[in-house]
Amino acid sequence: MVSLDLVKSLYAKFIDWDEEMYDHDTNTPSHAANTAISEDLGQVEYILTDKTGTLTENRMIFRRCCISGIFYGNESGDALKVDVELLNAVAKNVPDVLRFLTIMTICNTVTPIRSNSGAILYKAQSQDEDALVNAAARLHMVLISKNGNTLEVNFNGLVIQYEILDILEFTSDRKRMSVVVRDCQTEKILLLSKGADEVIFPCAYSGQQIRTFVDAVEQYAQLGLRTLCLGWRELKDDEYEEWSHMFKEASTALFDREWKLAEVCQRLEHDLEILGVTAIEDRLQDGVPETIETLRKAGINFWMLTGDKQNTAIQIALLCNFISSEPKGQLLFINGKTEDEVVRSLERVLLTMRITSSEPKDLAFVVDGWALEVILKQYREAFTELAILSRTAICCRVTPSQKAQLVELLKSCDYRTLAIGDGGNDVRMIQQADIGVGISGREGLQAARAADYSIGKFRFLKRLILVHGRYSYNRTAFLSQYSFYKSLVICFIQILFSLFSGVSGSSLFNSVSLMAYNVFYTSIPVLTSVLDKDLTEKTVMQHPQILFYCQAGRLLNPSTFAGWFGRSLYHALVVFFISVHAYAGEKCEMEELSMVALSGCIWLQAFVVTLEMNSFTILQHLAIWGNFVAFYVINCIVSTIPSAGMYTIMFRLGKQPSYWITMVLIVAVGMGPVLAIKYFRYTYRSSAINILQQAERSRGIIFSMGTLESQLKSVEKDVASLSITQPKNRNPVYEPLLSDSPTATRRSIGSSTFDFFQPAQSRLSTSYSRNCKNN
Amino acid sequence: MIITSFALVGLVFVPIGLASLSASEQVVEIVDRYDIDCIPEQFQNERLAYIQNSETNKTCTRNLIVPRKMNSPVYVYYQLDNFYQNHRRYVKSRSDKQLRSKAYEQVTDNCKPEDKANGLAIVPCGLIAWSLFNDTYKFSLDSKVLEVNKKNIAWKSDQDHKFGSDVYPKNFQSGALIGGAKLNASIPLSEQEDLIVWMRTAALPTFRKLYGKIEVDLELNDKITVVIQNNYNTYGFGGKKKLVLSTTTWIGGKNDFLGVAYLTVGGMCLFLAICFVLLYVFKPRTLGDPSYLSWNRNAAGHPS
Repeated sequence: MVSLDLVKSLYAKFIDWDEEMYDHDTNTPSHAANTAISEDLGQVEYILTDKTGTLTENRMIFRRCCISGIFYGNESGDALKVDVELLNAVAKNVPDVLRFLTIMTICNTVTPIRSNSGAILYKAQSQDEDALVNAAARLHMVLISKNGNTLEVNFNGLVIQYEILDILEFTSDRKRMSVVVRDCQTEKILLLSKGADEVIFPCAYSGQQIRTFVDAVEQYAQLGLRTLCLGWRELKDDEYEEWSHMFKEASTALFDREWKLAEVCQRLEHDLEILGVTAIEDRLQDGVPETIETLRKAGINFWMLTGDKQNTAIQIALLCNFISSEPKGQLLFINGKTEDEVVRSLERVLLTMRITSSEPKDLAFVVDGWALEVILKQYREAFTELAILSRTAICCRVTPSQKAQLVELLKSCDYRTLAIGDGGNDVRMIQQADIGVGISGREGLQAARAADYSIGKFRFLKRLILVHGRYSYNRTAFLSQYSFYKSLVICFIQILFSLFSGVSGSSLFNSVSLMAYNVFYTSIPVLTSVLDKDLTEKTVMQHPQILFYCQAGRLLNPSTFAGWFGRSLYHALVVFFISVHAYAGEKCEMEELSMVALSGCIWLQAFVVTLEMNSFTILQHLAIWGNFVAFYVINCIVSTIPSAGMYTIMFRLGKQPSYWITMVLIVAVGMGPVLAIKYFRYTYRSSAINILQQAERSRGIIFSMGTLESQLKSVEKDVASLSITQPKNRNPVYEPLLSDSPTATRRSIGSSTFDFFQPAQSRLSTSYSRNCKNN
Repeated sequence: MIITSFALVGLVFVPIGLASLSASEQVVEIVDRYDIDCIPEQFQNERLAYIQNSETNKTCTRNLIVPRKMNSPVYVYYQLDNFYQNHRRYVKSRSDKQLRSKAYEQVTDNCKPEDKANGLAIVPCGLIAWSLFNDTYKFSLDSKVLEVNKKNIAWKSDQDHKFGSDVYPKNFQSGALIGGAKLNASIPLSEQEDLIVWMRTAALPTFRKLYGKIEVDLELNDKITVVIQNNYNTYGFGGKKKLVLSTTTWIGGKNDFLGVAYLTVGGMCLFLAICFVLLYVFKPRTLGDPSYLSWNRNAAGHPS
């Protein structure tokens, strides 16, 4: 099994060396930290992916905003570049707009750094804050410096100074941050807050109309933008003094400091005046939709685990083919305010899943962190069933430990899981999964370090699984079975010989030949199977469904193993009985017969390996036939040593025509049936792999690539989903759920389905119908 | 491609098979089993006692008729059946060092139980040498003696490198149990060709070993008289002894196996090729049609 280890480390090297998985943007090659699990990549059934930084670039760009009810950037999709209105508003010093910009500039933990050339660079821990500060700077509100507690902002040439009094830090529980500053000109104390909509809106002072902001958030989320709400309030001196005292106490508390701080912060963050909503775009990485589509075709189920908002997550999921839009796909929501509601919605979803699992529909369930916690605690079994039924899931607002729990849940159902992520919050999930893939992205290398594989971009995952994983699996399957086979051949020959030697246990082969056979003659040719490609990479990419052969373990299971076992028995019989009969009577000298049988095995092995290889490079020919020649050279050399047992044997045999005739006979009898069966299967019982191989070989003669592709596409149009993992008992009559009806009908049906499952989410249906239109 | 290669293999194998078979047919072979017939009537019920008794007359006369002209050299073999020269204990019971050089005379570690006699090392030691075949044959044709050349019956390489010219038999067959032939203590081992032939152990329980060569042609219907000294005890383990006279061709001695096997394999290949052609004609199949792919088939609405 040394050769297996060697080969596995080669697979890992192939990943490291892969030019096509080299990220030119950041100059990082892909890297396989774990060399032992390359073939598991080919058997992945579930991929659990993080969203931010994994599917998206994690490069935030400020796109739109809504300030006191006025939408900016809606037309162009970019609030900064073209929207004259916003620039005008800034120029006219509209107070709300200015305050909005001030919050964007100040309410953060960004540090400005003045470079030698005078330009100001910002160092931010959060990509969102970085985006906001940069956007404000382009709207002439420039954060110049931050020295201790004083902070300078340049607005249209006017330098404004602020004194930072307190920072109410962001935590994932609070989902907001605030700063308390003193405006050095007016001496007023201001509380500036920004945070997620669901935590900021409740803090609005009573009487403020937040309707437009809620709509704005909704609208932005549907576009897949990340939203932040900004709010402010003026503090009275005595109110601040009082609070500041409590805050200091809380921040020096020894126990439960975090909880106490949150408590204190909450006391201040109320009666805010909501100023507006910012929308930041986190662009999808290149090739993400294609990658996900291809991998889903390959029968891999995707789960998205994100800390983000539900709507944003759904939008991103739609954008990257994660889920299909209506009518092909359908989203089922599991949520609720109380545990009872959660359970009821879980049961409802499960019921729907059971009913529709026989239909070619793309179902996905959506669950949020809170509901998940309830479910994982108490209703694990029902959720497990749901996980098995559903091909897709979106889990939003989940914590790192919940991510890991979900991985564990899938693993407990005997699925092979792959977790992919980029940030520190994905590390637990990556470590928990069978295969962890880290994206060496902008959130540092934490995930990449913890992972088995690190890649530069999400789209490399396609190649990692379909090309590297699949080839590794195929090669390992062949290699391990071949190793058994070749050893068994010798074993069986020895057993047969022992029947002819009074079951005394004498060996037909001398020990040196036996060792050389195992570690040399039969190992070197088969090592080149690491270069073997049953299908070209291009074909695999075009027909990702072929991965099913790996997932289902079609190439390495008891029946294929039995095949190899049978073949070894047959070949042992062939070699032994032909040698014994051809070298009977006056020729049955021990050393000669032993060499005849050994050479018979070597001849057979050369042809077996050649037959099992699908593609040939010079190296493979060199290894197979070079090894063959080496066998004779080595034995001839040994035959010249007088003290060796087989002195002169090889020369003696080489001079006999009957030796060569015997060898050819062994090969013909040994390989004939194998070849005939293989040919028959290849031609008349072709597996999908065979068909694609045939297509590859005949391509250019019969099928051109174009027709092949179009044929496939036309077929795929009719299919809603792949029936690989879905139960086969489909309705005999295929009824399209929705015919090509006008959008209006679609909308009504779409919303009605959603109303049924989730009244509160009916708004979403509009987004779906829009998506339908796009399609 | 496959069909043509099957056809080609068939077409190549049949002629080779015919050639091998005809070569094997050209070999003239006389096989005479004598182990039972060479025991006098009165001893048939106690063969073992007869063969172990050194007093009994072991001479035996056999007549052989030459069925076809035998060109010289005619090889004389003795064939033993059911004799396990490949048994693990037997195979190992020898000392190659001792055989090669006088210096290693005392190296008899592997030779037990035939390593020492009367406290002195046996040369050559071990079970193989101890059980050396000791029947002898004297041939005569029309009461004229047929010379059997017993020179150069062993492998030259064995004589030169494996059996020393300075190693003389010592203490051989001097123990309580006498296995087989005795050796002339004045002839070095490298010249003891019968021993050298015997020491090349056979891999199968049925084997032939070269006894000598008759270097005159034997004509059709020649009546050869063989006087056998029936000394070797195969009665203890139910072994058979046969005397074999045989000519050779390029393929060796008489062995129809290769010829028959080649004809069979060639025939099978041709048969398979024809089958595949017929299959191809009657059940043509487009190769590489993507509509055969299982996922496309399901998609088209045909339940698989």
